[in-house]
Amino acid sequence: MTKAVRPHITRNEPLAFERSSPGKIGYQLPALDVPEVDPAAALGAANVRQTIEGFPELSEVEVIRHFTRLSTWNYAIDLGMYPLGSCTMKYNPRINEAVARLEGLAWSHPYQPEALSQGAMEVFARLEAALREITGLDAVTLQPAAGAHGELTGILLIRALLESRGNPRKRILVPDSAHGTNPATAVIAGYSLLNIASNEHGMIDLEQLNRLADEDVAALMVTNPNTLGVFEENIVRAAEILHAKGAMVYMDGANMNALAGIARPGDFGVDVMHLNLHKTFSTPHGGGGPGGGPVAVRRNLEPFLPTPRLARVNDALSWDYDRPHSIGRVKAFYGNFGVLVRALAYILAHGGPGLRNATVDAVMNANYIRHKLQPYFDLPYDRPNMHEVVFSDMRQAAKGVHTADIAKRLIDYGFHPYTVSFPLIVHGAMMIEPTETESKQELDLFIDAMISIAKEVEETPDVVLKAPHSTRTSRVDEVMAARKPILRWRPSE
Amino acid sequence: MLAACGLGSAEELFSEIPSEARLHRPLNLPAGISEYEIADFFKGLAEKNAAAYTSFLGAGVYNHYRPVLVDTVISRGEFLTSYTPYQAEISQGTLTSIFEFQTMICQLTGMDVANASMYDGSTAMTEAALMAMRITGRQRVLVARSVHPEYREVLRTYARNQAGKVDEFGYDVDSGQIDLADLESRLDDKTACVIIQSPNFFGIVEDVRKAAAVARTAGSLLLFTFAEAVSLGILEPPDDADIAAGELQSFAISPSYGGPYAGIIATKEKYVRQMPGRLVGQTLDTNGNRAFCLTLATREQHIRREKATSNICTNQALIALMATVFMETYGKQGLRELAMQNLSKAHYLGSRIEPRFTGPYFNEFVARAPGGVNQRLLDRRIIGGLPLRPFYPELGDAMLLCATEMTKRRDMDAVADAFA
Repeated sequence: MTKAVRPHITRNEPLAFERSSPGKIGYQLPALDVPEVDPAAALGAANVRQTIEGFPELSEVEVIRHFTRLSTWNYAIDLGMYPLGSCTMKYNPRINEAVARLEGLAWSHPYQPEALSQGAMEVFARLEAALREITGLDAVTLQPAAGAHGELTGILLIRALLESRGNPRKRILVPDSAHGTNPATAVIAGYSLLNIASNEHGMIDLEQLNRLADEDVAALMVTNPNTLGVFEENIVRAAEILHAKGAMVYMDGANMNALAGIARPGDFGVDVMHLNLHKTFSTPHGGGGPGGGPVAVRRNLEPFLPTPRLARVNDALSWDYDRPHSIGRVKAFYGNFGVLVRALAYILAHGGPGLRNATVDAVMNANYIRHKLQPYFDLPYDRPNMHEVVFSDMRQAAKGVHTADIAKRLIDYGFHPYTVSFPLIVHGAMMIEPTETESKQELDLFIDAMISIAKEVEETPDVVLKAPHSTRTSRVDEVMAARKPILRWRPSE
Repeated sequence: MLAACGLGSAEELFSEIPSEARLHRPLNLPAGISEYEIADFFKGLAEKNAAAYTSFLGAGVYNHYRPVLVDTVISRGEFLTSYTPYQAEISQGTLTSIFEFQTMICQLTGMDVANASMYDGSTAMTEAALMAMRITGRQRVLVARSVHPEYREVLRTYARNQAGKVDEFGYDVDSGQIDLADLESRLDDKTACVIIQSPNFFGIVEDVRKAAAVARTAGSLLLFTFAEAVSLGILEPPDDADIAAGELQSFAISPSYGGPYAGIIATKEKYVRQMPGRLVGQTLDTNGNRAFCLTLATREQHIRREKATSNICTNQALIALMATVFMETYGKQGLRELAMQNLSKAHYLGSRIEPRFTGPYFNEFVARAPGGVNQRLLDRRIIGGLPLRPFYPELGDAMLLCATEMTKRRDMDAVADAFA
């Protein structure tokens, strides 16, 4: 049953606060080489705290055992396939970690003189250039800290350009298949939202778009390939419709792993887009951040990019703060530099041909899974998919087993679940993205697991409904967590 | 595999992309290079940066020693290569450590609840200001000019598009603390929150209690922000504030030319549903064992979409983990001793170079700088203070000097001599 896994021992581990005992220490500081000051005299007695109530006290070995034990309770790419659709969980090369820790890069202060920061600034220059080529757009800002942050930056840029033309307009069009960040971003940028329903193929309906795109629409936010993993075949027409009305096309670049080296958003009508360096460009997800959300734009949007902009002055790189049309800053300093270093290392390792090969492999892997699983699971939109494939739980739901149950059962087979219940336009969605990382052997293990679960649904549905069975922690009561929130540890009375 | 898919060539995988949308040439990027060449390339870049310099820069980014345990822990693939912990049963490692993180941020700030982290201090403060607008139903924010200038720039960018209005109030030219009279004169019943930073951008410790009392007279919230988290080891927790939002870079996060860092928002229990960002809560599994999971997601974009409290998606989990390992390594005693060392070092420097302001300072202070001092220091491989003219023209030739536990006495003497 479980070719990929066997249960193994994990230790119990209390919280750091429960493990703590008074007087234990795990740190060392050098002896002071200056006189110790009296804090009350230096700061004023009223400003000095006496203690940090409840803060842990642990020895060094207790700290390392604590976190090492906790780590064994996590699944990770390093342990196996992580087919979360839309999340692009690919291998995180370790050379990227090594170079990001080089002292001359990791210990650069953002305010050190520019003459002593040329190496760091060159990382920006080279990454901007590479991303311009990959996206086919004219200018790139590396300041946004994550994809959603890039989205906000992009919509603010559109707003600034439209404002400079005299009218920021009122609405953003968002397909019902979009990521949740898209509508949230539109509202935070001060726009109202108009959802557009997908057509029977899950694609943008051009007729509807034509009707809705009026003089009040600022932009269409589109994900391409869309969240079904299907290329929006009418994207060029859609862009023409919006451009004719003076509106713009924003592309959510979450799925760029399907396009790098194959097609460029700048060539198919996109005006602004963000990239997720932690998806397409392999920087580690780290349990949920940090990310990087560069934004690429057409030339007409360049004057509005966040300040400061990288400039080259007499052979030296320099930060240009004199940007009168800029939307301003979206973050302190220049961007998540450490993430940028890793993304540049990934691009250098692959080169142009390697990036294209990675795309081909990612799309081939998703197609392979689709063909192998299609006999067992319902495929609601039977369109050629790219880097991910979305099934629905329709056949299994008839037996009372739903996408979330199948996902939990996958854990017993040694895999991370796929993305559950997204996109919203597919009822009971099972969204699978293998990435180029996985070999045929690993894909076959995954496919075997899915087929085996499909059989269990028929024969022993209870096994699936009560999964996972092999984990240290059994199914977690999320309803109880939300009903009576306990958001911090407190000492027991 | 292509045959299994019924395809003749890899090219057919892309047949659905219309020709006009395709790239009909190779990417104009060089061929890939080996691991050795990558290491060599970045070593070359690192050498073009300041290496082996001693620095007196602070201003929101601090040189603190990073205990070796920090990278040891965060380099474990189980932490490094996992995703946001949506699948609680196989994410208890990340979830448990975030729960500890939330708890320790509460202990440090004196707040009831803290989120699982934000992008950085500047966006945390800004999102906290938007949160204050939602809580009060007011649109105006009153921010001290002694708050980090770049944080204020981010606030303006966000507020402009929320129909928010950002006004500033001044600092006392003698003490460097907020000008309470100026605050009172500008405060009105449209003000959602008053924002102060402590230690402020000049390194000066503010009177949080007084600021909170003034804000309250207009029914406004006090938003406390911080950029130097080590100061919380010795300073009273800002529990008179309604929201605390700040930057954790000082907790074993390398300066890394400006990021990635991690911000936090912490607040009182009654405001938790207006707080943006991920939250981890305690619950039980079906066997009755304690377990943790992401919770109160109905505030968030993936559930609420356009009605969410923020568009923020994930947090800065790995960076927050660095801070968590740091806090548990230093612990109750160590964080205090670390703060004491910073205080002592900066005050030694302050005994040799006269601070411009009279207010109490933690580990950095403003001083009048003689012309060309930074250039003279660079010749001795010392990066001096941050010139403040671009941010505060009225302070003239002043600069901001920082000393931490890593600053050596002989280097401080060298700087003091250059100032003399």
